[in-house]
Amino acid sequence: MTMWFAGFAVLLVKMALVLGVALTGAAYLVLVERKLLGRMQLRYGPNRVGPFGLLQPLADGVKMILKEDLVPQGADRFLFMMVPAVLPLTTLLAFAVVPFGTELTIMGQQVPMVITDLDVGVLFVLSLSSVGVYSLALGGWASNSKYSLLGAVRGVGQMISYELPLGLSLVPVIMLAGSMSLVDIVNAQADMPFIVYQPVAYVLFVLSALVEVKRTPFDLAEAENELQAGFHMEYSGMRFALFFLGEYLNMIFLGAFAALLFLGGWHGPVLPPFAWLLIKTAIMPILLIWIRASLPRLRPDQMMRLCWVWLAPLALLNILATGAVMLLKG
Amino acid sequence: MDERKGIITSAAEGTRGILEPFWVTLRQLFHKPITEEYPEFKRALPERARGRIVLTRSPDGEERCVACQLCSAVCPVSCISMQSAVREDGRRYAGWFRINFGRCIFCGLCEEACPTLAIQLTNDFEMSADDPMQLVHEKDTLTVDHGGRHPDYDFYRHAGVAVRREPGSHEDEDAPVNPKSNFP
Repeated sequence: MTMWFAGFAVLLVKMALVLGVALTGAAYLVLVERKLLGRMQLRYGPNRVGPFGLLQPLADGVKMILKEDLVPQGADRFLFMMVPAVLPLTTLLAFAVVPFGTELTIMGQQVPMVITDLDVGVLFVLSLSSVGVYSLALGGWASNSKYSLLGAVRGVGQMISYELPLGLSLVPVIMLAGSMSLVDIVNAQADMPFIVYQPVAYVLFVLSALVEVKRTPFDLAEAENELQAGFHMEYSGMRFALFFLGEYLNMIFLGAFAALLFLGGWHGPVLPPFAWLLIKTAIMPILLIWIRASLPRLRPDQMMRLCWVWLAPLALLNILATGAVMLLKG
Repeated sequence: MDERKGIITSAAEGTRGILEPFWVTLRQLFHKPITEEYPEFKRALPERARGRIVLTRSPDGEERCVACQLCSAVCPVSCISMQSAVREDGRRYAGWFRINFGRCIFCGLCEEACPTLAIQLTNDFEMSADDPMQLVHEKDTLTVDHGGRHPDYDFYRHAGVAVRREPGSHEDEDAPVNPKSNFP
């Protein structure tokens, strides 16, 4: 019984740690994005609240909480109020399978540095990402606004397009590691990260992830200059902030996912495992911000063409090639 | 794809078109931002910049405004209101004078309309307030103790109650012509 309580306490501590790091990271990623984007456009970005604008996320949070919570006339009230929680919820759930270090030994007990090491970790993450799209689809539908609905329709079209290449690009990694558990996948990269064997899969994954986070050049569901703000146009205050939070959590999560699957997870010299994972996780969000600063938005048909005509067949060929090489090498 | 160019040139140009923006944005990252940070750095405004409206005084320290209502009439957003009053010596003045800066569009038509050069726009534009009522300025906050852009002008030396003199003794006025001297 004592063991059970000790295990429960350790689990709670791990959950608090992951939630704290993920949410703080998402809040500060907004600041990083605004500052980096600003510097790329010869501006400073926010630098008024606190030293170097470091308290800006706090100020934003206070502002969002104080804003009026509007529900548009004719909206599906229940759905409209519920739906913003879906995206942050699914993304935070996905963080549960992210391992952030080797096993620790505390008082003779092995404590794995992951909330739960699912055997089907990769599948779990992929299914959660599909559930996350409901926030967009239902949010746009429940708003009773044509722009929101158009955004939602585009978002669903986008989801259908990216899911196939995203899932297929991960198959070679699973083949190489022989497991769907993220812990096993990271352990399989102890000597060499998979990006060395699977550069094509990494590129495919990054491109599909780019479509998944719905940011420039694939922000068709938001498309400020065509659809105002797309699916979250009618949302205000904290409900809007939840969409925003979900988007940035998703960026961080995809960074962590890419780090675990392709970049060797927590493995690395000198620095502690957790620091290595953070560094590797940061690559993806910064890349996404850089892409946002550089590229214009694609049309929906161009996006679908890219996903269906290029990414999906390439991913299939990549699986075929990986299988052939593995078969030849025995 | 442009048919005349061929697939290799098109592909090369497309790749360059995708990759070059990344180099451009990366280069800007190491430039110094061109932002002028406002409260610390204030740009010098042009001489005729139009900002807060003031009521000026003539060189002898009297109010210039004669409450003729012309500024109020010309104001396109009707933000100026006043009530005229007459002093014991017959000189008119504004009993109260009110400008709602919440409505004012700083077009400067009131300044153009003013016959006594009383109402003038200054280049002070920092007048934000927490409450809309704080933007409604009354005569005491509008009146300043100088002549603004025209410090030497005095309307009453040219017209009005003070000018009750013999014809021709007026400033800028020639002596009256004797009509009888014009006979051929």
